[in-house]
Amino acid sequence: MSAEPRLVEVRKNVLKQNDVVARALRERFRETGVLVVSLVSSPGSGKTAFLEKTLTVLHCRYKVAALVGDLATENDATRLARSQAPVKQIITGTVCHLEAAMVQNALADWDLGQLDFLFIENVGNLVCPSSYDLGEDLRFVLLSVTEGEDKPLKYPTIFNSADVAVITKSDLASAVEFDEAAARRNIQAVRPGMEILKLSAKTGEGMDEYLEFLERKRTRARDAAAAHK
Amino acid sequence: MHELSIAMSIVEMAEEESARHGGAKVQVVHLRLGKLSGVMKEALLSSYEMACEATPLEGSQLLIEEIPVEVFCPRCEVARLVTSIQWFACPECGAPTADVVHGKELEVFALEIAE
Repeated sequence: MSAEPRLVEVRKNVLKQNDVVARALRERFRETGVLVVSLVSSPGSGKTAFLEKTLTVLHCRYKVAALVGDLATENDATRLARSQAPVKQIITGTVCHLEAAMVQNALADWDLGQLDFLFIENVGNLVCPSSYDLGEDLRFVLLSVTEGEDKPLKYPTIFNSADVAVITKSDLASAVEFDEAAARRNIQAVRPGMEILKLSAKTGEGMDEYLEFLERKRTRARDAAAAHK
Repeated sequence: MHELSIAMSIVEMAEEESARHGGAKVQVVHLRLGKLSGVMKEALLSSYEMACEATPLEGSQLLIEEIPVEVFCPRCEVARLVTSIQWFACPECGAPTADVVHGKELEVFALEIAE
């Protein structure tokens, strides 16, 4: 045995397995024309209320479904089932984020061609989910007005990885003296050009603009699927 | 804390690669870690030791090269390092840009294996 070790080049992405599954999922979503939106945020920012409202409103006109990630409970799925849309819980156990394979397993027996929208609610966590591509078309990062305007600066990685920022609980903005201009400035600092929606799932403020936004994106996904065929 | 599962993937990858080279003992794993990878260097280093326990990589070292965030400036038409990950803009001309060229790396770059 010589004293000098040999250097072997590897150059492999550690999350290669996740990325391969995510790519396969994205291809499957694209072929079927379903618009897939994932939601990330810190715990308590209103993801489930936002999703419940979304599913309830969309359910009248579209075929919608949701996957929800949670560490331990099925509470969210039970709550979301009130919207009448199909909802499946992914219990992650000790894992603090969703991975592409969990989404793939949960969707194994689903006919995605029947769906217009699929929402994937990640585990409430602003750190870990940023590293894992789930094959989604759009990643929404939620920021509630009660959390403070500087959240984007504290968690730049997840804000940078998202496509759309959603400011939630807008009905509480004045009560907590939320500085909206500062929040928008901070979001744009860590992700220039990001679309920002502001709404309240409770009062319905901003929901119309949000639904129009979703419909626009869905039309685009449908057109892309048609062109693909 | 997802660093432990990342560390386990690194160990697994290093084991596979060393097997392809005749099962030689891995002494050092070189990792390229982007500042925007979502993985903390310190947490990964402590998780790595745990992940190596009772594997052929026990006693090996993880050497992390941190990769700064580089963006493409649309105005200067050149890639530049950002001065802060709280401000995605060209440090020269101030143009905002979300076009990340480097900084998301999470890559096993090389292994040092005993002959």
